[in-house]
Amino acid sequence: MSMTNVSVPVLEGRSLGKTLGGNRVLDGVSVSLPKGCVKVLIGPSGAGKSTLLQCLNFLMPPDSGSIWLAGREVNGKSRRELCSLRQQVGMIFQDFNLFDHLSALENVRVALMKVKGLSRLDAGERALAELARVGLGDKAALYPANLSGGQKQRVAIARALAMDPKVMLLDEPTSALDPELIGEVLAVIRDLAQNGMTMIVATHQISFSASLADEFLFMDKGRVVEQGSPAELLGRGSASRTQAFCAKISELTGETEAECRV
Amino acid sequence: MDFSVAFSAAREALPYMLGGVVWTVGLIVGAMLLGLLLGVPLAVIQVYGPWPARRLVGVHVWVFRGVPILVQMYIFYFGLLSWLSQLPLFAGLGLDSPFVAAVLVLGLTSSAYQSQIFRGAIQSLHAGQLKAARALGMTDRAAIRSIILPQALRLAIPAWSNEYSILLKDSALAFSIGVVEIMARMRSVASATHEPVSMTFLAGIIFFALTWVGVKALSLLERKVRIAGYTRQGAA
Amino acid sequence: MPGVSTTYLEFLRAELVPGLMEGLWTSLVVIAPSALLGALIGASVGVLRVYGPRPVRRCAEVYVSLFRGTPLIVQVFFWYFALPYIRIGGRGIVLDPVSAAILAFGLCSGAYQSEYIRGGLMSIKQGQIRAALALGMTTRQAVTSVVLPQAFRRALPGCGNEIIYLIKYSSLASVITVNELTGMATTIARNSWRNIEVFCTLGAYYLVLVTLATWLLHLLEDAMSVPGFERHRS
Repeated sequence: MSMTNVSVPVLEGRSLGKTLGGNRVLDGVSVSLPKGCVKVLIGPSGAGKSTLLQCLNFLMPPDSGSIWLAGREVNGKSRRELCSLRQQVGMIFQDFNLFDHLSALENVRVALMKVKGLSRLDAGERALAELARVGLGDKAALYPANLSGGQKQRVAIARALAMDPKVMLLDEPTSALDPELIGEVLAVIRDLAQNGMTMIVATHQISFSASLADEFLFMDKGRVVEQGSPAELLGRGSASRTQAFCAKISELTGETEAECRV
Repeated sequence: MDFSVAFSAAREALPYMLGGVVWTVGLIVGAMLLGLLLGVPLAVIQVYGPWPARRLVGVHVWVFRGVPILVQMYIFYFGLLSWLSQLPLFAGLGLDSPFVAAVLVLGLTSSAYQSQIFRGAIQSLHAGQLKAARALGMTDRAAIRSIILPQALRLAIPAWSNEYSILLKDSALAFSIGVVEIMARMRSVASATHEPVSMTFLAGIIFFALTWVGVKALSLLERKVRIAGYTRQGAA
Repeated sequence: MPGVSTTYLEFLRAELVPGLMEGLWTSLVVIAPSALLGALIGASVGVLRVYGPRPVRRCAEVYVSLFRGTPLIVQVFFWYFALPYIRIGGRGIVLDPVSAAILAFGLCSGAYQSEYIRGGLMSIKQGQIRAALALGMTTRQAVTSVVLPQAFRRALPGCGNEIIYLIKYSSLASVITVNELTGMATTIARNSWRNIEVFCTLGAYYLVLVTLATWLLHLLEDAMSVPGFERHRS
């Protein structure tokens, strides 16, 4: 085990602010991801969860604040630094965003070749290995149009993993999926967490994330309003806003209150 | 080029050029009606007909979409119709008139395109509707006429406005066989006045205005026959 | 009247085919550069209409509605007969018939082509570009390996169709004295008085050309087809 940078977070956002169309969607949010830690973002839609994740890899440049990768501030103006940041930070989108004209294998392979400069053969081998890791080794030749939602999201995860990211941002990875397909994606995410991947996940899957998360961040109106371990925020007798929000969600999704509490 | 000369020449030519609008509109109306009258049965045959009939409609569509309008004008006017009008059976019917030839050409071509529009509209309707009509005891013929076609015709109106603007532009080719529509008048005025620049612009403006008026009229029609909740996307 | 007593087949072999073959060559000489010009204009105008700054976008829109809103024959007439009258520094621009035809067809075709290019570009979901950037690609890499391959597939059927239209409308060149297929046919018809035979044969030539082009286009589409981008049969 490496002794360097033990205390330095892999990725950190400091007092990030973002205004979109006159709305303060991000109002001085700080988040820090130490190695191997899993944080879960919850909160009502429009709370700024998606914006926060997109600011963390400069897909949406923040108006104020700074992003730190392994203890170094990222210069958002430099194209090279941006590309290198994004290589090290994997991102999973709600609606998968697979490249529709490429097969599953090619989806995973394309960035390995274009960004990492691997040969077609090496990239293909690596891509196949990543697809096998998410259980899609036999679907490599299929195109997005012929994959189920769950399979698409697993290809997207394989695509991100192939870049050897140090940290993963997952933006509601199961929200666009039919209920029966959610499980296969959650299994892959659980697997990642158990293998020590540093992650921040925006999700409405309360019981699943409670069993996985080191920390919950409850966001509302562009701020982190509550922060703590699942046990603290959701435990018996807790009167947190997080608890109230989760109870409401569980009612809608049919999770029982008991499942929600840990 | 002197602008004031060009302008007064254009103003002088305007009434004569506008006289061509009557012919142009006549061509379009005739062609659209002929295209509709032929296009609907062709589409019904192509969807519901027996295969030899479907094949024949396919050939019709292939020929009229494949042969240029200008060439068709020559075939009909200088060829078929001038030959037919010499037969005693067809004498005196005016088949040798360039206007008749042009309407036939534009209408037959339009029928090929319109049949494809209606075919698409019919096929976009749920097959279940025909089944439901049969279950009510309707004959296929009655079901097609009173259930399928009223819907298909509504769905086809947006495509019509496209068909209209294509016909409008193609109708200008009737000048080649001597129909005195806008293009033909523009040509003769341009050579008489030596002001081809202002005359082409004038003709362009008239065609532009006709496109606008027709598209507006068709969108009014669309709104008039619209059924609540029944839109282009909604029915597909 | 020459040739009246000969049969159609003899007439076809002796006069029609040699004449039309000559015309066919001229037709191709007009069609090929027009298609190329149209594709170039269509691609650049299409890109400008999606990504260009607002004033450029407006200019492109005006160009497209102008050339799509007026009959091609009026445009052909303008470039051949009217252009010489527009004097810049005392001299008008005189184009030979073939150049005028190519210019007219290319400009008009480009306006239509740009519609399909624009549609193709707009069909690509913004999310895919974000995904490409999130993987560390540069904007240029995202455009060349994600946007363009998809836009091309989406635009191909429309653009191909436009080339088929171009083949048909190349017949208008005969109006400004270009001796392409239709021009040759009218000459032969005038000299032989066998209108039906001449013009029906001419129609068959175009049918073959159009069918051939359609078939080639479908081959290309099928070769490039991937699931989700299939050809929609009309």
